[in-house]
Formats: sequence, C-alpha cells, structure tokens
Amino acid sequence: MCYDHELMAGASKRKLKSALSANSYYFSGDEAIAEGAIAAGCRYYAGYPITPATEIFETITSRFREIGAVSMQMEDEIASICSCIGASWAGAKAMIATSGPGFSLMQEAIGYAVITETPIVLVDVQRTGPSTGQSTRVGSGDIMQARWGTHGAMPIIALSASSVQELYDQTIDAFNFAEKYRVPVFLMAEEATAHLRERVDIPEEIKLFDRKKKAGAAPFGTEESDGVPPMPTFGEGEKLLVTGSTHDAYGIRKTVDSLAQEKLVTRLHSKIMNNREKIIEYEEHYLEDADIAVICYGFTARSSLFAIERLRKEGKKVGMLRLKTLWPFADRAISNVGSRVKKMLVPEMNMGQVVGEIVKYASCEVVPYNQVNGEIIHPHTIIEQLRALL
Amino acid sequence: MSIDLKQYLRPGVTLPFCAGCGDRILLRLILRAIDELKINIDDMLFVSGIGCAAWIPSPNFNADTLHTLHGRAIAFATGAKVFNPKLKTVVISGDGDLADIGGNHLIHAARRNIDLTVLCANNMNYGMTGGQVCSTTPKGVRTPTTPGGNPYHPFDLCKLVNAAGATYVARYSVTQPSVLVESIKKALQIEGFSFIDIISPCPTQYGRQHRLGTPRETLKFFENRCIMKEDAKGLSEEELEEKIVTGEFSDGGN
Repeated sequence: MCYDHELMAGASKRKLKSALSANSYYFSGDEAIAEGAIAAGCRYYAGYPITPATEIFETITSRFREIGAVSMQMEDEIASICSCIGASWAGAKAMIATSGPGFSLMQEAIGYAVITETPIVLVDVQRTGPSTGQSTRVGSGDIMQARWGTHGAMPIIALSASSVQELYDQTIDAFNFAEKYRVPVFLMAEEATAHLRERVDIPEEIKLFDRKKKAGAAPFGTEESDGVPPMPTFGEGEKLLVTGSTHDAYGIRKTVDSLAQEKLVTRLHSKIMNNREKIIEYEEHYLEDADIAVICYGFTARSSLFAIERLRKEGKKVGMLRLKTLWPFADRAISNVGSRVKKMLVPEMNMGQVVGEIVKYASCEVVPYNQVNGEIIHPHTIIEQLRALL
Repeated sequence: MSIDLKQYLRPGVTLPFCAGCGDRILLRLILRAIDELKINIDDMLFVSGIGCAAWIPSPNFNADTLHTLHGRAIAFATGAKVFNPKLKTVVISGDGDLADIGGNHLIHAARRNIDLTVLCANNMNYGMTGGQVCSTTPKGVRTPTTPGGNPYHPFDLCKLVNAAGATYVARYSVTQPSVLVESIKKALQIEGFSFIDIISPCPTQYGRQHRLGTPRETLKFFENRCIMKEDAKGLSEEELEEKIVTGEFSDGGN
C-alpha cells in the first residue's frame, strides 16, 4: 500500500558513483547542470516537466538512481520548490530547475526561502515570454523577476553562464553560495546554452562549501561579520522553529514588533550586499584602450566576443565586459568601465532589463539593443550596432 | 493541561487560541496521543501552513516545527520526509489551508501514499481572516463572503482523500476526545499516508455568525451533530443532512 521507496530511490543497491571522474565530456547544457549539481553534493531534486529544462530533471533522476538519492516529480512547480525547502532543512543540498511559467509560480516560495534563509539552487532555463510564449525558443526576460519577483524582495544571488562548461562550473558555485550565505541562488540559464552541446572538462578537485553548523546557536541571528547564522537540521534535537513570519534569532514569530522586522530585513539585505565583492564575478575583454564597451551576459556574450574580435582586426577600439553574476549587480565594475569608455552597448534578449542597472552606475552614454524574436542575437547584428556607434 | 503534557510545550509559550477554540482541545489531544505512544518528540517534525490551526504546533510544540506558506505544508513535509525517512513527519493545519488553497497537494500526497500523518483541523470556515466561506462550509450557511448563504456543497474530505489512495482515513470531532486520541495514535503508527478530518469548532467566527451561542454552546452544537458511522446506517438522507458522520473510512488494513 505504501509507496515503494526502492523504486523511487534506486535505493543505493548499486555501487556508489557520485561525481564523474576528471576527464573531458560532451554534454548539453542541461546535462552539464545535472552533473554539476551532483558534483556539488546535490542529493534532493524536485521538479515538474517544462521545456527547455526537462533534460536536467531526466538526467539528474537517472544519475540519482546510481547514487541512491531521490528526485521527486511533484504536482506543480509550487510543490516542487516547497519540497526542496523542506528537504534543505532536513539536511539536503537541494535543487530545482524550471523555465519562465514555473519560475513565476515559485515566486512566493522564493520569498519563503529568503526569509527562512534556506539554501536552495534554482535553475531557470529562460525561454521567451510572457506567459507560455514560445517554449522552445530563447529569451532572457526573467532577470528582473529573479531579483524582484517575490513580494518584499530581498537580495539573492543570480548567475549567468555563456557556455556549457560554465553551466557546469556555475551550478557548483551556486550550491557553494547557497550554503555559504543561506540564500536561494538562481542560475539564469538560457534555452540556447541549455540545448547546446559542448565539451566540458571536469577537474580533479572541486571545492565545496557546506553550511556552517553550531549546536545550540541561534539559527536566525548572528553577531558574526558575514551576517550568516549557522544552520541546524531537523532531527538533531535543536527543536527548530522555522517560519515565514518575521521572527527573532531563535525563530519566534514577531508579527507586530517593528524592531524585529527591521533587524531581520536589514540583515537579510546586508549579508548579501556587504559580501558582494566576494560574490560578483565578471570578465573583461579588450577594454584597455576601448572607446566602446559591450556589456553583456549569457549566450549574447558569445556573439559579442565574436563581433569584437572581428572589429579589432579592423583596428576598431571596442571591448566588452561580461557579467557572470547578475545579482548582486556589478555596480563598481560598471562604474569603473563607464568612466573609461565613451559609450556602452547593451545587447539583451528582452526589452531592456540589465541596461537599466547599467544606466544607474555608468557615467558614459548607454545604448540598449533589444531583440525579442526568440532567436539568439547574431554576431553580425552586434557588429552592425557597434559600427553605428563608432 | 496536565503536568505530563506540559513537557511537550516550548518553554515560555502562551497558547494563542480563543475561548472554546477546538484547536486548543486538539493541541492537547495530539500531545496525549504522542505521550501515550511514548514517541520521542525530538524524532518528530511538525509542519503547518497558515491559519489558526497552523499555530497548534508552531511555536507551541517543543520539537522541530516548520511553519510554511499558505496551502503548501504537505509539499514542504514531502521534501523533508523523502530526504530523511527517519523524521516522523506530521502535518497539522486547517481545512482552508489543506483542502482549499492546498487541495491539489493533499490529493497528490494521498496518491503517493508517502508516510505522512495529516491532521486537518476542520472549523468549516476561514477563522483567522473573519469566518469567510471555504470548501468545507455546509451549503446554505451565511458567511461574510456568502451573505445570501453558501450556494455550494462542501467537500467530504474523507471521501476525497480515500479516493485519492490514502492508507488511513478517519473523521472525528474534538468533542469525541477518546476515540480521536485513539485515531491519532493509529494515524501516527500506520506506514503510509494517514489523514484525519478533525471537526474543530470555531466559536469566535462560525459560532458567532450562526448564533450558536457561547463557546460552550457552540461545542455542544457540534457534539450533538456528530454521530458514529455505525449509528448513521439506519438514517435517511434528510436525517443525515443534519449530522456529521464520524469514524474510520479506511483503516489501513488493520
């Protein structure tokens, strides 16, 4: 009568084989994300099939059977993310992958993960929107939603990859950040990279970070400078009080206490913003003497680099800055580049999202280029845009 | 509350329930069941959603508690239980939380038959927000959002969960404390999905709006309506309209 745990888990009868051995592999982006998660120690996955993220679910489920871990197909994306949060408090490194419609459904639970400081990794393989849009075609319209989608939004961490290798690497980074800062971390993948097949080199050693533990310590407050309290697990006898209501350092609900609200929210904000220089990564190309900088992220950075190298051969002074971290935003890097170049071109597969942040911090002229036809932005398009600015 | 049960309460808590609230009675009965079974409360995880009944375990129970989003308690509980099957996981929440906004999670958890115990404190309205209609409010009943009377038939939660595949399904009222405690004990021991629809009267909203009188009279009203299913056999449909049939509807093969 009861569910079959053996069937569900593969029940660890097979030889344990967790992370893949150091070697070169040929993966799709979705497969690389699944392998990165396993290498990072992910042992709980919940999902709901959705294009173009389904292959992550399928790959991790079949790999989980080899290592005796459990993936759950839930009844919807809301249940999926909620079960990941439950599993995280039970001690799991947990992940969920989805695309726009599922990401929208998860927004309330994302806020719950933020206020309860629950480490989870959420992969959003972005497709075109709004609504169902074109499910098999690429877009990057969820960047602002990642930061501001849940009510009363607080800082989170969001990463953006430009290659299959980087999807693998950033999935591991995402778990490390989630554990280190006790925050939901988003991997803002894109259909074009998720369905691309490329070589992935898996190194001998992978650095992993596990959540801090300290028996008896307050799980929701700390005087430590990083602002991140230790995180106990259910079943350790800590008599945990986890709640989505405003709470004190021990999890006691404080529903009308102004000071408790201010203290909690201030710490949730500052534990990410005060550590942002340790979190933010970006990459500069040909910026030393550049007059025009392309500011880009995700798949668009591939086309941008191609365009810049072509124009460099013609002696044009163009360069680029690629954002590997979307949130917290690389404000200082943008401000710095903005003071060195005359113009910035910001190509995006949306109607202008990251460009708004760039305008906030750059002192130079900022020119958006927006393409929302469900296709990647081709190198020749970026060359044309740059030529018009030169 | 007896000294014995106080040991299960978090030091310093003050129970938040209104006078005559069924949830206060239910809190005590759940602890009595745990005490009689001699389960170590440190091995238990209590998951709740949003609403008055969600406050039964959180923060009152001196154990691991997960007070979650409205409607999603079962989904959170599923993740914790599946990742660590050793956690004796109990969901305690209200009817609006579990059956209205969370109805889809309820039927799917019953279908999966994962080893969870779900205790649904059914007060037949949204008590915390002012007594609005919900999926378990009887037909014809006036509430702030159905001023002309509820036009719909209520869910029979036991039929619903039973049909979805749960192992143990029962309905009892807090006005039937002995049989309810035995039922909770059974639900906690059975492997698989167990569900009890627990009639937990709300004198403040439901009682007041239906002019049922004092909290004591409200409890009496429900006590008189509840009959055991064995006694319901000879009654006509009309007679049953006025009754709440209690008992076990799926006993897990025991």
